[in-house]
Amino acid sequence: MAQLPSERPPLLELRDLAITYQTGAGPVPAVRGVSLAVDAGQTLGLAGESGCGKSTVAASILRLLPSSATITGEILFNGENVITMRWGRLRAVRWAGASIIFQGAMHSLNPVQRIGRQIAEPILLHSPQTTPAQAQRRVAELLGQVGLPTRRAESYPHELSGGQKQRVMIAMALACEPNLIIADEPTTALDVMIQAQVLNLIGGLVREHGIGLIMISHDLSVLSETCERLAVMYAGRIVEQGPSHLVFTQARHPYAEALAWAFPIIGDPRTRLSPRGLPGDPPDPAKIPAGCSFHPRCAVAVPECSERAMELWPAGDGRLAACLRILPDFPGESPVRSVRKEEKDQPGEAVA
Amino acid sequence: MTADSGQETLVAEQGATPVLSAAGVRVSFPGRGRRPAATAVDGVNLDIAPGEIVALVGESGCGKTTLARTMLGLERPTEGQVLFGGSPIGYRSGALRMYRRQVQLVLQDPTGSLNPRHTVYEAVAEGVRIHRLGDEEARVSRALARCGLRPPERFYGRYPHELSGGQRQRVVIAGALVLEPQVLVADEPVASLDASVRGEILSLLLKLRDDLGLAALVVTHDLGLAWNIADRLAVMYLGRIVEVGTPEQVFANPRHPYTKALMSVLPESPIEPIVLAGEPPDATRIPGGCRFHPRCPELASGAAAAAGVDGRCRGERLPVLPPTVPGESQVSCHLAQALAR
Repeated sequence: MAQLPSERPPLLELRDLAITYQTGAGPVPAVRGVSLAVDAGQTLGLAGESGCGKSTVAASILRLLPSSATITGEILFNGENVITMRWGRLRAVRWAGASIIFQGAMHSLNPVQRIGRQIAEPILLHSPQTTPAQAQRRVAELLGQVGLPTRRAESYPHELSGGQKQRVMIAMALACEPNLIIADEPTTALDVMIQAQVLNLIGGLVREHGIGLIMISHDLSVLSETCERLAVMYAGRIVEQGPSHLVFTQARHPYAEALAWAFPIIGDPRTRLSPRGLPGDPPDPAKIPAGCSFHPRCAVAVPECSERAMELWPAGDGRLAACLRILPDFPGESPVRSVRKEEKDQPGEAVA
Repeated sequence: MTADSGQETLVAEQGATPVLSAAGVRVSFPGRGRRPAATAVDGVNLDIAPGEIVALVGESGCGKTTLARTMLGLERPTEGQVLFGGSPIGYRSGALRMYRRQVQLVLQDPTGSLNPRHTVYEAVAEGVRIHRLGDEEARVSRALARCGLRPPERFYGRYPHELSGGQRQRVVIAGALVLEPQVLVADEPVASLDASVRGEILSLLLKLRDDLGLAALVVTHDLGLAWNIADRLAVMYLGRIVEVGTPEQVFANPRHPYTKALMSVLPESPIEPIVLAGEPPDATRIPGGCRFHPRCPELASGAAAAAGVDGRCRGERLPVLPPTVPGESQVSCHLAQALAR
């Protein structure tokens, strides 16, 4: 990660964040040393499969983790450490400083309250001097921003479709004009067309309001459309990060490469009738393999991978990757086995 | 691992009897109270050849799941019929039971489709017990091994919570395969799975087709899935199939404006995104003329008017597409037909 100029701290910075859940079966490390930074107006995609710790990272930013979690490291929001923040300050930061769009909008809304009231709730809590009429005006404005008619304020969640509910969640996240939005799988379970509408909406809001965005998903193709930078997590650590288009099209880490190939380029004969998966399962967080935690599933692993401790090494073009194969002293071929797409290549041309 | 790339597409012989077909299927649900009836499937002809994987794609609410349920005999068509091996399926319980040995369902969410208190063995053996087939253990073991759960005995005593998401979906597929069906109907088989597992499950479906000649109807909103595994792609909009062809035909040259829009919003699409406003319209109020015309970008941009078909788009209904054989493409659009002439 490039160090930002020192006069002003970045909007959000995680420094060596580690989170361990205490369970009946002993401690389970979910996040094992994650460092990243996002500034106002920047967009970062956080990718990885279930259990890699990406949602735990997201929840930790607003201290939404259960009490069984122990956190070490630092979460600096505008330079202030969230971990040691007092309750009153934390409450002010939630919603007004940073807000979360949760996955599964269908289940995140209160079924027995009208939409308008749910959107107004954080506004009224954060500025108690707001009159009901002002709150109503603000709700109408927010609904307009997310492309819903104002009369939808009177609806109950069951009267809305999945895409509309997701828009309501986005309106709520915007209600107190936060500087940072964390979107956890905001389009999972939505149709392609609705997904495109929601992603357009989020992208537009980020651009217009200079909001920082962290978007979480397992779909690299979606993240690379919306975010400038990508960080790929595996077993609680970042294994590759850098500019989205490079990570997505020419990943340096074999895991990032496998994730990128999971969704085919339509029209590319290499993927026609030939889906690409990644054999094996992610490791049990209580028994993480030594050396590179990915080595048991890695098709190009060498014996050294199970011994040497990994760190994020510079991988050129503003990228970092935790793979021995990018090191200059590594004997053998480069780790990139297949370039997903050359910069100038148009996938449509691949079809004969 | 993944199937060999460059292998030949299994194309059934032209004129072979389709293993499963929908002939003029229409399914409506009566409205509650004074609400009008909803026509979820409004006239569909679709033939599935033996050993063919057909992907049925469309937005939520387009009727694709209702069509799949009708093909399984779970809904009765209001009009038209479902044919298995050329003869209409029966709806009495005995006939349906025999039918389900041949046509099996795989659902979206493996966690929801497995009983958490049943072991893997019990989950897979259930079908064998219902159909009183005997030879239970050998069948279960074979089905698990075919789905890549090897050695099968190691999985017998496991419970769903002890398995990963991908393994659970393999168990669900094994439960369908244990009866040695000829057709699988899969509703979003990879939508709830991780990106890394997705390719593995799709490879499995391809392998089953190659090894066992299993045909499949895969219902999905995921166009990448169709590109990955389907021999034929049918795009559904508001109860009708609007475009059908091989994925190569449809993706290289989408002819229906709806298909074009769906493709344009995919990440990495070379086309400028055409984001359709609003949600898919309501099956209780199907628009007159072409059912897509209120959202049609070609009509809105004047392209239809330039070709002189805008009046027909608004006023003239399109006929139901006839069944196609593998390799044939069709489109239900006044403009596309005018341009083709």
